[in-house]
Amino acid sequence: MSEEKKLPRIEIIEKYCKGCHICVEFCPTKVLEMKGFVVSVKDLSKCIKCMQCELRCPDFAIKVYAE
Amino acid sequence: MAYDYDKYIRPGKLPHIWCPGCGHGIVLKGLIRAMDSLNLKKEETAIVSGIGCASRLPGYMDCCTLHTAHGRAAAFATGVKLARPEMNVILVGGDGDGTAIGGNHFIHACRRNIDMTYVIMNNYIYGMTGGQFSPTTPHLMKASTTPYGNPDPSFDIAKLAIGAGATFVARGTAFHANQIDKLIAEGIQHKGMSVIEILDDCPTTYGRRNKYKSVIEMMNRLKEVAVPVKAAEKMTAEQLQGKILTGVLYKADLPEYCAEYQKVIERSQGGAK
Ligand SMILES: Cc1ncc(C[n+]2csc(CCOP(=O)(O)OP(=O)(O)O)c2C)c(N)n1
Ligand code: SF4
Ligand code: SF4
Ligand code: SF4
Ligand SMILES: [Mg+2]
Repeated sequence: MSEEKKLPRIEIIEKYCKGCHICVEFCPTKVLEMKGFVVSVKDLSKCIKCMQCELRCPDFAIKVYAE
Repeated sequence: MAYDYDKYIRPGKLPHIWCPGCGHGIVLKGLIRAMDSLNLKKEETAIVSGIGCASRLPGYMDCCTLHTAHGRAAAFATGVKLARPEMNVILVGGDGDGTAIGGNHFIHACRRNIDMTYVIMNNYIYGMTGGQFSPTTPHLMKASTTPYGNPDPSFDIAKLAIGAGATFVARGTAFHANQIDKLIAEGIQHKGMSVIEILDDCPTTYGRRNKYKSVIEMMNRLKEVAVPVKAAEKMTAEQLQGKILTGVLYKADLPEYCAEYQKVIERSQGGAK
């Protein structure tokens, strides 16, 4: 039964990320975390593909590929 | 699917210069989505600014761009629009640029109801020059030039625009990112002067001085203070205390300046009255 939920791919462009925390804080399911000064994915399985992180990032640094 | 912003970004310009958590980047992305949703052509779109952090925005846009003198975006943009009325003319800038040194140009562009769209990023401060107070710095808040609290009352940019004659006036916030593109797109489509105020944050020169511990606190404030106009209709004056209305605040259908000016040309040549 692999009608399993398909996980998105989250791309973080590290040279653009300024570590502002906005994506981490406003992710409804706490998928993201800070690793030093840049963001990283903590638990991809929790991602509900809401795109809030990508939408709010002021720096074009996080992209969610949901299909 | 991840959004393709590269379509309108000038190649090689990212990362941008704005500080971590500065909302200007969120507004830049909203503007791109608005332009994309209307399929605006780069060569038919002029993006015009004055000076300030917010006014750096056109540098990132792969369009026809003008980065002019402090406060003078509206004057240059008016020239562009009158010379090339078929172009989409979009002004961008900050509260200082638009309502202090450029306040005069701002109100008269509104009064003329010229078909332009002005996106004004209101972070309540002169960010670029280190945090001097601006005409929108709230009463009692701190700036480098008001260390004991701002004695002035502040401008409400949207009300100022309506009073001066703009025919489309809207307000959004950097927190409500998915609304920014919709407000700007509606402003672009409106025939006449459109003013879209985006309440913004400057963590570096305003947040720090006013004891917002982080960018997140500034974003949470925007989240809490904003009330959509529709929701406000059902709220009491007491519930609306300290809130700021967002959405389309005013819309009117009145004669547009380029069309009126065309009539001047025709009258001078003995044509239409
Ligand atoms: C004629 C002139 N006066 C003063 C300045 C200095 N100056 C540069 S940006 C700025 C204020 C910008 O504030 P705002 O428009 O709110 O933009 P922000 O940096 O906050 O985004 C000032 C006073 C200038 N560049 N030119
Ligand atoms: S898409 Fe939504 S759930 Fe997934 S990481 Fe981004 S904010 Fe979190
Ligand atoms: S919102 Fe963007 S810049 Fe800020 S931490 Fe997340 S990815 Fe980095
Ligand atoms: S000083 Fe303020 S307005 Fe300027 S880039 Fe930094 S946070 Fe943004
Ligand atoms: Mg400002």
